[in-house]
Amino acid sequence: MYGKKVKLRILFLIVLVLTIALTVFFVLNSLKENVVYFLSPSEVKILSEIKKDKIRVGGMVKKNSININNDQIIFVITDFKNDINVSYAGLVPNLFQENKGVVAEGFLQDRNYFKAVKILAKHDENYMPPELNKKIEE
Amino acid sequence: MIFNFIGSYSVIISLFLSVFIFLKILFKLKNLNHFLSFNLKNLIFFQFFFVLVSFISLLILFLNSEFGNITVYNNSHTTKPIFYKISGLWGNHEGSLLLWLLILTFINFSYFLTSKNRSIKERLFTSIFQQIIILGFLIFLIFTSNPFSEIFPTPKEGLGLNPILQDPILAIHPPVLYLGYVSTSIIFSSSMSSLISGNVNSSWASHIKSWILGSWIFLTGGILLGSIWAYYELGWGGFWFWDPVENISLMPWISLTALLHCILVLEKRSTLGSWSIILSISTFTLSVCGTFLVRSGILNSVHTFANDPERGLYILLFLFFIIFMSLIIYFFYEEKLQVTKKTFGLFTKESHILINNWFLMYFLSVILIGTIYPIFLEVISNQIISVGPPFFNKLIIPFLIPFLIFMSLGPNLGWINNKVIKKKFHLLLFFIINLILSYVILKLIGKTKLTLILLLTASFYLFFISFKDLLKKSYKNYAQGISHFGFSLLILSIIFNSILSKEITSNLKVGDEIKFQNSKIFFKKIEISSGPNFEKVIGQFVIKDSRNNKTVFLPEIRIYNQPEVITSEAHIKTSILKDRFLVINPIKNKDYFNVRYQEKPLMLWIWISVILIMIGGSINFLKNEK
Repeated sequence: MYGKKVKLRILFLIVLVLTIALTVFFVLNSLKENVVYFLSPSEVKILSEIKKDKIRVGGMVKKNSININNDQIIFVITDFKNDINVSYAGLVPNLFQENKGVVAEGFLQDRNYFKAVKILAKHDENYMPPELNKKIEE
Repeated sequence: MIFNFIGSYSVIISLFLSVFIFLKILFKLKNLNHFLSFNLKNLIFFQFFFVLVSFISLLILFLNSEFGNITVYNNSHTTKPIFYKISGLWGNHEGSLLLWLLILTFINFSYFLTSKNRSIKERLFTSIFQQIIILGFLIFLIFTSNPFSEIFPTPKEGLGLNPILQDPILAIHPPVLYLGYVSTSIIFSSSMSSLISGNVNSSWASHIKSWILGSWIFLTGGILLGSIWAYYELGWGGFWFWDPVENISLMPWISLTALLHCILVLEKRSTLGSWSIILSISTFTLSVCGTFLVRSGILNSVHTFANDPERGLYILLFLFFIIFMSLIIYFFYEEKLQVTKKTFGLFTKESHILINNWFLMYFLSVILIGTIYPIFLEVISNQIISVGPPFFNKLIIPFLIPFLIFMSLGPNLGWINNKVIKKKFHLLLFFIINLILSYVILKLIGKTKLTLILLLTASFYLFFISFKDLLKKSYKNYAQGISHFGFSLLILSIIFNSILSKEITSNLKVGDEIKFQNSKIFFKKIEISSGPNFEKVIGQFVIKDSRNNKTVFLPEIRIYNQPEVITSEAHIKTSILKDRFLVINPIKNKDYFNVRYQEKPLMLWIWISVILIMIGGSINFLKNEK
């Protein structure tokens, strides 16, 4: 039979392999569930189906589109080709303004209406998320 | 502009000194028997000195607002208060890199002074690795991010510092964090050197422990400062957002924490040597990796000063070089490690440390994957995604439960001895009491999720056990006791903070009133006044609770001119039990203000517990220095 040391080493290896396998499984599994995709209004328009998953929509806040009442803020995100209406109840970042870049996180109701649960903060006036920059350039 | 000249030449002199020291040590290593003439000490001092001169030159340029210098022009303004003129120096890429180098050369010098009782070979090798790192950063500074570039004609006025950075806590956040990051380079160099000289043993462990502790304390402090700043300045009202920038500061911290515990095993039991070396390598590379991700513009945040692919590429190459070099050294010298074949009993301190090291590595890989995966996916498939808090919470929280339990049991076990724990029954009974306590508390609050109950139980368990230990008369290890107690307090505060926080967001005009719980929030008026370099709009809110007690909140909106930025200053009323937090945002050209009111229980205790963790570390540091 094997000695005690060998047994211990085999046990150690089994535990190690199991741990790594479990880790990979857990991580990948919850990555699948918790990833948030970023779309532009034009990409929303051509979506084949409206999923219930949380997504991000980014673009510019359309000029003269902000409407506000006690409960919510309604505005339009545009990428200069297509628009999408957004409603939001919550805190907006300092730089939330018309004609400035914005990223909204939330749920699509249909291809023209997006219900945001979070508007992302920006840090300076020239800042634009690279995602957005790229999408606008395209 | 004389200081521009002095500054830029001082850096170049340090570069030459660095090459010179490197070559000199190589030469010395060939005939070790020679008495090591200590002009090496002088050389290392001069290297530090010249970087200091260059740093002071840049500081003078900032204080005098000499806009002929590009760095000053981009980040300063004549109307800025002096304090922020100074902190503006490291509020940008070039200047912060100079600060990094200043700290790097300084700790290199202080290592040389404090390592006199180590063997000459070990010190020389450590210095050689330090020089490689210093050289790498000097070349990076001089060729890709020189802080002393000039512009003609000299502009009359600077562009100003991003107002969001004009804040006392954020002014000291970079130096503290850098002290932590940069000290990990000594740990790295020293572990490489002791690997080569074949003395990864308990005496090396107790020598390097001081550096690990020092670095750990500063890293913890730096993260704490950043977190406090984000809490009150960004107006989100939380302390941790699983933002990539936060994650990359947490990763070296986790690795360093694992190393800190591992080194204790190496010190007491002369085992886990090679694991300690691997952790030293990973801690340092994660620190540099953080710099790479932040500076390359891949991650965007307040830390991203300029998106310059060239810089990112350079750091990436440097990072690969370091990883490659250390791995090669590791594989060639691994057999030199004095492997002491010692088996671990299951109920010993070292086995519990090892188990929790595994948990820490698991947390580290979760955070690493969550942070890197979006970047990876974008490169491969052009899909843009983000990974949010649910991912991290789901993968980390359940595993905190066993982690906390091992953390409670470990300290009360002995080294080596596989003795069965005395009073096993008591510990179990105690656990059950905590379980009941947690269940009752959560039942009262109305949140009885199984993971939550178990997590609360495990935190209470650690809390009471470490508290009981601290009160014991025979107790010696205060450092560990206080840190562990602090950690349990941190988790407890976070749990109660997250389940008991309440908030309301609304858009209000002056004169509006909204209901919140049993109280009423009334928007009384706005006033306009001016600060040193900004105009401010102060909103006045009166909150009346059910007993008619009135509290006045005065949140501000600041409008800076240079550069033109609006920031919100939340009004936070801190008390022992809870923070009350009110922040307003203007909505351009509308009468409405976007108002958010939050009640955050035990906020203060989150900060206090982290400070306790640091105090524990400091006590250990002082004890080790004796």
